[in-house]
Amino acid sequence: MSVLRASGVSVRLGGAEVLRDVDLAVTGGELVALAGPNGAGKSTLLGALAGDVALDSGEVTLDGRGAQTVAPTVLARQRAVLLQQQGLSFGFRVADVVRMGRSPWHRTPEADRDDEVVASAMGLTDVDALADRVFPTLSGGERARTSFARVLAQETPVLLLDEPTAALDIRHQEALLAVARTTARAGSAVVVVLHDLSLAAAYADRVCLLDAGRVAADGTPEEVLTPERLSAVYEHPVSVTRVDGSLVVVPVRARAEEDLCVP
Amino acid sequence: MTLTAPLGARLDQRAGVRRAAARVGLLGGLGAALLVAVVLAAGHGQLDVASTEVVGSVLHRLGIDLGPLPSHPQGETTLWQVRFPRVAMAALAGAALATAGALMQGVFGNPLAEPGVVGVSSGAALAAATVIVTGWTFAGSWTIALAAFVGGLLTTVLVYTTARDGGRTEVVTLVLTGVALNAMTSAGLAFLMFVGDQQAREEIVFWTLGSLNGSRWEYVAVSAPLAGAGLVAALLMARQLDLLALGDRAARHVGVDVERLRLRVIVVVALLTAAAVSFSGIIAFVGLVVPHLVRLLAGPGHRLLVPASALGGAVLLVLADLWARTAVDYADLPLGMLTALVGGPFFFWLIRRARRTAGGWA
Repeated sequence: MSVLRASGVSVRLGGAEVLRDVDLAVTGGELVALAGPNGAGKSTLLGALAGDVALDSGEVTLDGRGAQTVAPTVLARQRAVLLQQQGLSFGFRVADVVRMGRSPWHRTPEADRDDEVVASAMGLTDVDALADRVFPTLSGGERARTSFARVLAQETPVLLLDEPTAALDIRHQEALLAVARTTARAGSAVVVVLHDLSLAAAYADRVCLLDAGRVAADGTPEEVLTPERLSAVYEHPVSVTRVDGSLVVVPVRARAEEDLCVP
Repeated sequence: MTLTAPLGARLDQRAGVRRAAARVGLLGGLGAALLVAVVLAAGHGQLDVASTEVVGSVLHRLGIDLGPLPSHPQGETTLWQVRFPRVAMAALAGAALATAGALMQGVFGNPLAEPGVVGVSSGAALAAATVIVTGWTFAGSWTIALAAFVGGLLTTVLVYTTARDGGRTEVVTLVLTGVALNAMTSAGLAFLMFVGDQQAREEIVFWTLGSLNGSRWEYVAVSAPLAGAGLVAALLMARQLDLLALGDRAARHVGVDVERLRLRVIVVVALLTAAAVSFSGIIAFVGLVVPHLVRLLAGPGHRLLVPASALGGAVLLVLADLWARTAVDYADLPLGMLTALVGGPFFFWLIRRARRTAGGWA
C-alpha cells in the first residue's frame, strides 16, 4: 500500500507543460531517487508530491487523502520537505531553526519529545557544534545540513528532499544519504531528487528517471541506469561501470587530443 | 547517536533555562522602566509634581491611603485631567506602533518594513483627515479611529500586493512602494488642507507632525481597546511568525497556513496603526527602531520580540513625549518631528549595517 501516490499528474507552468501524465507510487520503507536532466520536472514533481504545486490534472494522495485538500497542519505531520534553497529572513540560531521542525506537533502529546528529537536530529546531521551559530552566517553546506535536521525533527512518514547533497562535501553527502536510507528502513517513504547518479545507484531502492516531464523509466538502479537509456535521456554519451560492486555512472569525455585535433 | 542525544538534551535544557531567565529579565526590566517613565512623565511639565506625590495620588485613587497627595492646589487636577491621559496615550501609541512594526517586519521578512516608512501611517492619517474635513460623525467618537483603520487597512493591502512577488519582498520595491504611497497621501492631505477651513487645516497639520497635545480620557477610551485587541492578537500569532522566517513554502511545509496568517497580520497591523494614529497623528520610526533594538538584545523570536517591543515602544514614546513638552519652555514640540529626528539617522545606520552583513535582508 503506497503512502504517497501521484497518478496521471500534469502541471503547466507559464504555458509550458512541465509534467505530463506522471505516475509515481512510493511505499513506506522505500527510498526513491528522482533523476533526470535540467528541466525534466524533478523539482516540480517533488512540489506536486508536497502539495505545493497546483495540478492541471491527475491527483496526489498522501495516506489516501488528496494532498491539496488537507489542512496545512495535518499535512505537516505527514510529510516534511527540504527545498533546494534554504533562506531565513532573520538571524535565528541553528538550534531554533531545527526546533521549527517540531512546530506541527505543538500542543500534541508528541511535543513532550521535542528536546530529545531535536537533539538526535542535530546529532545525525552533525550540526551539534553549530547549535548557537546564527543561521544566515552559515556556509551553504551547513545551512543544508541544518535544514535537513529540521526536516528530520518533523518526524513524518514521508520525506521529500530536493537536491539535499548539492552543497555538501563527500563525507556529508554520504552521511546525509545514509541517514535518509536509515529513515526509510525505519518505515518512512523517502523521495530524493539527485543529480549524482552514482549516489542514486548507491542509496536508492528505486530510481525514477524523468525526461521532459514524463517518466522515462522507473525501477531498481540496475534496471534504470543503463548506458543506452542514460545516453539518450541526457543527450550525452554515458558509461556505467561497477566499482567494488556498486554502479558508477560517468559521462564519456572526449580526450584532450581529440578536442584539439585539427583536420 | 545514543551518546549525543542525552548530552544534547542537557545542553538544550540549560539553554532553555537561560532563555527563560533572559525573557523574564528583559520583560521585567522594560516593565519597570515603563513604570518609572510614567511616573517621571506625569510629574514633569509646566507644573512640576514630585514623583512621590504622583504615586501617592494614584494610590489614593485606588483606595490605598499611602503616600503624599500633590501639594500644589492645581496638582491633582493637572495630573488627572492633563498628564495621565497624555501619558497613557503616549504609552498606547508607542506600544501599538512598535508592535505593528514587529509584525510587519515578520510578515514581510524584512527589517525595513514599518508602518511609517511604507506609508501605512500616512494612509491612515489621510483617511482620518478626510473625516475631519468633511465633519462626518457616522460612528460617534469612534469615527476618526474607524476611518484611520480602514485607511490603514487599504494601504497595507496595497503595499503588500505591490511589494510582494512570488513569495518574496524586494527591499527596493518595498521602499519604493512607500515613496509612492507617501507621495500620494501627501497630495491627498495637501488637497484636504486646501479645501478645508482654518480649523480643519490646523488639525491636519497636527496630524502630519504628530503630537499628543490635548489628549483626553475619551481618546484613551477609544485607543485602548483597539491597541489591546491588536496586542493580544499579535501575541497569539507570534509562534507562527517565527516560522514565516523560513520563507513561504517552507513555512507551509511546517504547517503554517501562510495566506491566512498574512491576512490576519495585515488586519492587526491596520488595527494597531489606527489605535496610534487616530489621536496622535503620524509618529514615524517607532516601529522601526524598537523591534530592531529588541532583536539585537534578545534575538528574532517573536514570542519575546512582540511583548518586548510593545513595552519598549511605550517607554520610548512616554519619554519622547516628556522631552517634546519640556525641552522648550511653554512650547509643545511635535512628537513626530522628534521621533523622525532620532529615527532618521537610525535608518541610515540600519541601511549601512544591512549592506555590510549579507543575509540580513530578504
